[in-house]
Amino acid sequence: MTDKTTDAGPRRLWFNAGLPALGVVLALALWWLVTIAFGIEPFWLPAPSDVVEAFLRLPGHLTEQAGMTLMTTAVGFAIGSIAGAAVAVLFAASSTIERMTMPLIAAINAVPKAALAPLLIVWIGLNTQAKIVMVVLLCFFPVLVSTMAGLTSVPNDLRELSHSLSASWWQTFVKVRITWALPQIFVGLKVASSLAIIGAVIAELTNPDRGLGAVIVSSSQSADTPLAFAALTLLALMGAALFYLVVAMERILVPWTRAISS
Amino acid sequence: MIKIAGLSRTFQGKSGTVDALHNIDLDVGNGEFLAVIGRSGCGKSTLLRIVAGLIPPSRGEVLVAGDPVTRPRRDVAMVFQRPALLPWRSVRENVMLPVEIFRWPRAKHRDHAQRLLEMTGLEGFADRLPHELSGGMQQRVSLCRALIQRPKVLLMDEPFSALDALTREELAVELQRIHIQLGTTVIFVTHSIQEAVLLADRVAVLSARPGRVRELVDIDIPRPRSFGHNAHLEEVAAASAELHQLLLGEHLPETPAAT
Ligand SMILES: Nc1ncnc2c1ncn2[C@@H]1O[C@H](COP(=O)(O)OP(=O)(O)OP(=O)(O)O)[C@@H](O)[C@H]1O
Ligand SMILES: [Mg+2]
Repeated sequence: MTDKTTDAGPRRLWFNAGLPALGVVLALALWWLVTIAFGIEPFWLPAPSDVVEAFLRLPGHLTEQAGMTLMTTAVGFAIGSIAGAAVAVLFAASSTIERMTMPLIAAINAVPKAALAPLLIVWIGLNTQAKIVMVVLLCFFPVLVSTMAGLTSVPNDLRELSHSLSASWWQTFVKVRITWALPQIFVGLKVASSLAIIGAVIAELTNPDRGLGAVIVSSSQSADTPLAFAALTLLALMGAALFYLVVAMERILVPWTRAISS
Repeated sequence: MIKIAGLSRTFQGKSGTVDALHNIDLDVGNGEFLAVIGRSGCGKSTLLRIVAGLIPPSRGEVLVAGDPVTRPRRDVAMVFQRPALLPWRSVRENVMLPVEIFRWPRAKHRDHAQRLLEMTGLEGFADRLPHELSGGMQQRVSLCRALIQRPKVLLMDEPFSALDALTREELAVELQRIHIQLGTTVIFVTHSIQEAVLLADRVAVLSARPGRVRELVDIDIPRPRSFGHNAHLEEVAAASAELHQLLLGEHLPETPAAT
């Protein structure tokens, strides 16, 4: 296996980095071409150059707002994920607690989170905490569900093995179940990483005092579509970065998954 | 070493109760290699799991070294049909798993693990992950993991049945060598008459529904035995034929032993 990877080094690089980059470049070129060919006004659909220009008009402001959105997103993602995983562990330890609270949590999760944004302002206030709570609400459930699925997916032969060694609940949990669950936990984390940005933006649109959501609100009020697009681009980049950060963590923590699932 | 007396086990299924085992009496001597053979579903795994203390019997009891079995014991080790290795642990770390769980000092057992890996020809693979090994090698790792407990009793539930024919033979010959070397008492469940004849001192033939001991067959062939050309082809053929007859005979309409 190792020889093969070194053999195919340049090819893999092309496959993993070259092809995605080519895809992005082609999409940008197409976008540009469409705006020129049909003579579309920047107000309707700005060309890539207009977006870059809008960014260069207010680089400091945009970066600062992006930093605020990123902070809300990252803190909410971290809290929501840790809470989701912790509650899943609690459920794994006690089926009584699970039976009592899981239906409640599922029902709460069924409420559209965007509808809660105004209420969060009432409860928590016009501040960053309310925005973080929004992100937490969105991230919590997918991580909870995926962690629970992972913890209960331990195959029978491994269960029987730890039983035959008289391993305690805690030993089985630490040495077998939690590691076994990691690949599935990461599925939840990837979903949560996308939802985190959505949560931050919903909160910022509801209370547009700061962040890229606020930039989008104010730029649409002043009909500055290129600026809105610059903010959207930053959001997309942020989302992709967060997603690939989770992917990179997965590769480091669970290098064995890909070997097994293939 | 093992005394099984009046052992019965029933399961509550959706379609009524299943008599998995009925009134089994068996004595396994110290260092004896007992093969258990029988049709699918006749209760072989159930028997082994009761001896291992994984499930309780419905009636009767099992004594290991004089003590009734109520829960898994450290001096009874189990090898399953599938290797059941932890995919994120190296071969060595998988073998050390029981040591960790028993909270034995690691340093004391590291050499033992190394010797077991050498004995099974795995010394070059100690730092590999399980998925880098062939099925036969994985099953060897699982055998090492059982042996690191220094078990008095080794329980094996069709340990080679998921492997190809050649690897099975190879591992069976190796198991025979290990058994001669260590003198562990073994109960070995198998579907293969060939394996039973190669390995066992005695073969317990089980009949199905309810599972009972239909016959105990002594295999008096000098060791080491082998699948290839050996000096005892006649005895091997005779023992195989007898077991074959017993297993197939169950299908005849009038079976004296089943009444
Ligand atoms: N947990 C269980 N619940 C209900 N019935 C069971 C259970 N375990 C085993 N049985 C039943 O008990 C009988 C014996 O099962 P067992 O697994 O011991 O057979 P076996 O001889 O090992 O079969 P095989 O050769 O296919 O492995 C079967 O009829 C099976 O359906
Ligand atoms: Mg079985």
